[in-house]
Amino acid sequence: MSEEKHHIVPYRVYIIVLLALLALTFASIGITSIELGEYTVAGALIFACIKSFLVLTYFMHLKYDKKYIRAMVVFVFVIFVVMIVITFLDYLYR
Amino acid sequence: MQTAHSANEANYLTYKGKYKGLLGWIFSTDHKRIGLLYLYSILTMFSVGVLLGLAMKFELLAPGKTIMEAQTYNSAFTVHGVIMIFMVVIPGLPAVFGNIMLPIMIGAKDVAFPKLNLLSWWLYVLGVILVLAALMFGSGAPDTGWTFYAPYSFKSGTNLLPAVFGAFVLGFSSILTGLNFLVTIHRLRCPGMKWTKMPLFVWTLYGTAWIQLLATPVVGITLVLVALERMFGIGVFDPALGGDPVLYQHLFWIYSHPAVYVMILPAMGAISEIIPTFSQKQIFGYKAIIASTMAIAFVGYLVWGHHMFTAGMSGTAQYYFSLLTFIVAIPSAIKVFNWISTMYKGSINVQTPLYWAASFVFVFLIGGLSGLVLGALATDIYVHDTAFVVAHFHYIVFGGTGFAFFAAAHYWFPKIYGRMYDKGWANTGWLVFFIGFLALYTPMFYLGMMGMPRRYYDYLDEFHSGNILSTFGSWIMVTGLVIIVVNLVRSARKGEPAEMNPWHSKTLEWTVSSPPPVENFDELPVIAEDDGPYNYK
Repeated sequence: MSEEKHHIVPYRVYIIVLLALLALTFASIGITSIELGEYTVAGALIFACIKSFLVLTYFMHLKYDKKYIRAMVVFVFVIFVVMIVITFLDYLYR
Repeated sequence: MQTAHSANEANYLTYKGKYKGLLGWIFSTDHKRIGLLYLYSILTMFSVGVLLGLAMKFELLAPGKTIMEAQTYNSAFTVHGVIMIFMVVIPGLPAVFGNIMLPIMIGAKDVAFPKLNLLSWWLYVLGVILVLAALMFGSGAPDTGWTFYAPYSFKSGTNLLPAVFGAFVLGFSSILTGLNFLVTIHRLRCPGMKWTKMPLFVWTLYGTAWIQLLATPVVGITLVLVALERMFGIGVFDPALGGDPVLYQHLFWIYSHPAVYVMILPAMGAISEIIPTFSQKQIFGYKAIIASTMAIAFVGYLVWGHHMFTAGMSGTAQYYFSLLTFIVAIPSAIKVFNWISTMYKGSINVQTPLYWAASFVFVFLIGGLSGLVLGALATDIYVHDTAFVVAHFHYIVFGGTGFAFFAAAHYWFPKIYGRMYDKGWANTGWLVFFIGFLALYTPMFYLGMMGMPRRYYDYLDEFHSGNILSTFGSWIMVTGLVIIVVNLVRSARKGEPAEMNPWHSKTLEWTVSSPPPVENFDELPVIAEDDGPYNYK
């Protein structure tokens, strides 16, 4: 696909993202020492989502990819969120 | 549409590449050969599943023990389910006819990742071997039912781990096929083939591929958790350790309900090819069928809880799942209206594939409408876990996917093998099979309504006459099956040579020779603005 543009990402960006991922990993461990009750899972999921977002955006180049590819990934996330919400219709109202 | 192939080129059946003989098949990356590898593997496993089903029906011929003990019966329905679901109907149409036809139908020379395609088949074989190992070695065949429900799946003393791991590996095969088809459809359509010019079979494979890609990993992880629970007692599903067995059912059905659409969507696609061809008429509501396909693929993700109405879910979740179950019935009904409207005032050419397609619509309607009985909360409580449920899903899964599989087999047979089958025997086989099918499964609706539970090797005397009819039906159906298979196998070797386009169809696979050349097209076809897959004058 020689006619397609290849975006070159500077090392600086990768290093910043790596540091952010490491910081978020320590934060997700740290948060377990705080008693959050039923929101513990929500806390862990939020950190996991932010880390996934960073990996997909920068390491997997979604930021520089075509719109329809991004739309597909968003669609997958929407499905995932909807599944979690629906499952909790059972657990929250049981 | 443009015809573009060289008549002198070797066809894919006789082509001699790097390897010869059997190796030339099992190491071939040609999508058509891989499709046939799947066909032969799936038919082999289907035969095993049918024999187990026959044995179960024989056991139910009379109350009490007939030919097997209760434990053997439990293993028989478990293995029958695992084989038929994971090894036959889920890969069935996509892996066989999707592999053989998808690239040709979109004007491509192969799938996007041919080696990955071959790997999918090898993973399928590995999964099959693992499941068969569970039957033959260790402490007895699994007896949990194909659903591997917790907590019994980690309490049962039978040889469950290889079967669970086999299902896990089969899932990878499915994921890779889905990924391959998605990329193929996005990237390899020939010039001029816009999305709205794709045949409907390809559209249904597209919807199916998304489900395979997104839903299958869920069951993979779930089965890993079952294995960990069994080996280390991690306590995710075990209530004795603070786990939740209903969570297992959620996770299992998050995959396994969409899997029903992996089975049925390509079946609907095949029927959507056959009906316009044998009506020689533009399909009615092309875009409505596409919309309903994608709607089924999407809404089908969100209805899994209707398998769990009696499992102890919250009332809120039950209302929600019941509502969405009724909503997902709408796009299925749209398709039925479209097929019937296509036939209306068409030039109907009654041939074997149309017999199968018409009977598909008939049994699918009964299966679908009986599904609404199970989707309604109140009636589901009444018939849950009875023979009614077994009748319902056999009407959908076997009546739907199975009939469409045979419809597709008789439709594409002349293209795949370059030979025509004996139409008289093909029609006879269909008729005997159809009568046997109705006799086998229809009494089970009645038996279920009367309260006969499923998965029991024994029953009360009042259920005897219904079970006799059902068992006789199984013998008739298998007789039909033997006629069909013998006729097709014989015709593949000795049938009359087939024309390039014996059914006068308009899709691209009928523009190449029968059987197709190795690389399908010498030059990629170009679809003109006024061309279309169903442009019958």
